[in-house]
Amino acid sequence: MSETLYTIAVEVNGKRHSGQVPARLSLVDWLREELRLTGTHIGCEHGICGACSVMLDEEPVRACLMYAVQASGHRVTTVEGLAKPDGSLSVLQDSFCETHGLQCGYCTPGMLIASQALLNSNPDPTEAQIRDAIGGNLCRCTGYQQIVEAVQLAAERTRTK
Amino acid sequence: MLYHTASLPDSELKAAPFEYARAASLAEACALLATHGDSARILAGGQSLVPMMAMRLLRPAWLIDINEIAALKFVCVEKDVARVGACTRQCVVERDTALAARLPLLRQALAWVGHVQTRNRGTIGGSLAHADPSAELPLVAQVLGARMLLRSSKGARTLDAEMFFAGPMATSARADECLEEIHWPVWSEKRVGSAFTEISVRHGDFAMAAAAAQIALDGDGRCVRAAFGLGGAGGTPLAFPKIAARLIGTRLDDAVVEDAAHAAATETEPGGDLHASAQYRRHLAGVLAARALREARERAGRP
Repeated sequence: MSETLYTIAVEVNGKRHSGQVPARLSLVDWLREELRLTGTHIGCEHGICGACSVMLDEEPVRACLMYAVQASGHRVTTVEGLAKPDGSLSVLQDSFCETHGLQCGYCTPGMLIASQALLNSNPDPTEAQIRDAIGGNLCRCTGYQQIVEAVQLAAERTRTK
Repeated sequence: MLYHTASLPDSELKAAPFEYARAASLAEACALLATHGDSARILAGGQSLVPMMAMRLLRPAWLIDINEIAALKFVCVEKDVARVGACTRQCVVERDTALAARLPLLRQALAWVGHVQTRNRGTIGGSLAHADPSAELPLVAQVLGARMLLRSSKGARTLDAEMFFAGPMATSARADECLEEIHWPVWSEKRVGSAFTEISVRHGDFAMAAAAAQIALDGDGRCVRAAFGLGGAGGTPLAFPKIAARLIGTRLDDAVVEDAAHAAATETEPGGDLHASAQYRRHLAGVLAARALREARERAGRP
């Protein structure tokens, strides 16, 4: 029995993409398997780890907890959309490198999306606010301290720019 | 660019196949429910439903998506009730300062609900309809006696929280009904205080036990109204109106609070799992109920 396919149109990182998807295809699977935007990682696939975080209409959400068909008509920003158009790293990405805010890198795309969303709405967050913003993202390498430092550094650099 | 999905092989997709309908209006959602009934599920924020489908604990034949229905997204604070549309995102309610001024318990509870990413997507009605006995919003609904407005193609009816929550992950809503609005009572007393607290493995995870309390004091500091309840301590969120009634007329001294909390915990029948035994959960229930009541008292005490 063939499965119904649904036509979708989603703006991803500023570019319009269309596709035909089965309803049960998750947004993160569509981004990775169809658009080949493999920067967004799949961890637990049930909303615990935060590795698949993307921005949906500017707000961070878990891309494993929605179906691609639901994103139709909306805007999505993935980790690939954070870098500058020439491919150089954003202030936040550069700060992660500088403070050693990553080790294996698995959680990093989700951490970047979560902390960029925080900085977009709050350019001068407290440490507690940073910890709250990344509270839904698991990292098994860094112990989080350097990630918090990266966000603090990015905030400072953005303010003094 | 147009992609033709050679859909991933079945073994690589987590959920079982289903048909999808994006409802443009509540009437359309109700019509779809009337047609598909038992084999359909409403898809609101999906923060609980989608993982359950990924684990194939649920295999609905249809998902009726209500996320694009603007009429289900609103917060309206009236004199003694706050009306909230069922598909209002949790983050929207969390940020609503006018609502928080009249009904602080909702914001206090939302601080414990999931994480930023899940509150951005999760809805108020979705959490209530999911009816997880350890979840925060159902507990607040039970404690305050919120009323659920349910809509079907045949009409509408309202159910008190007490009637609405039927068991673990079960409500009294019929298969053809969609939650439309939630009516949260707003207390009009001058000195009202409320508090929410819980214990979980990680902040934002499922609560091992949770407690919510709201009390009102008169000018003398005597309790004139009290409500409190426990989550994660039974098959539904629990409220204790009889025990709360015993608090009225007292000054909510620590001893009175401890007695009430202990009495409530004794009535609970929590389950146990590898994170916490039933005995430990009952202990937590008593400790948390006392904490919530004391904190609510302190907040009401402040002018």
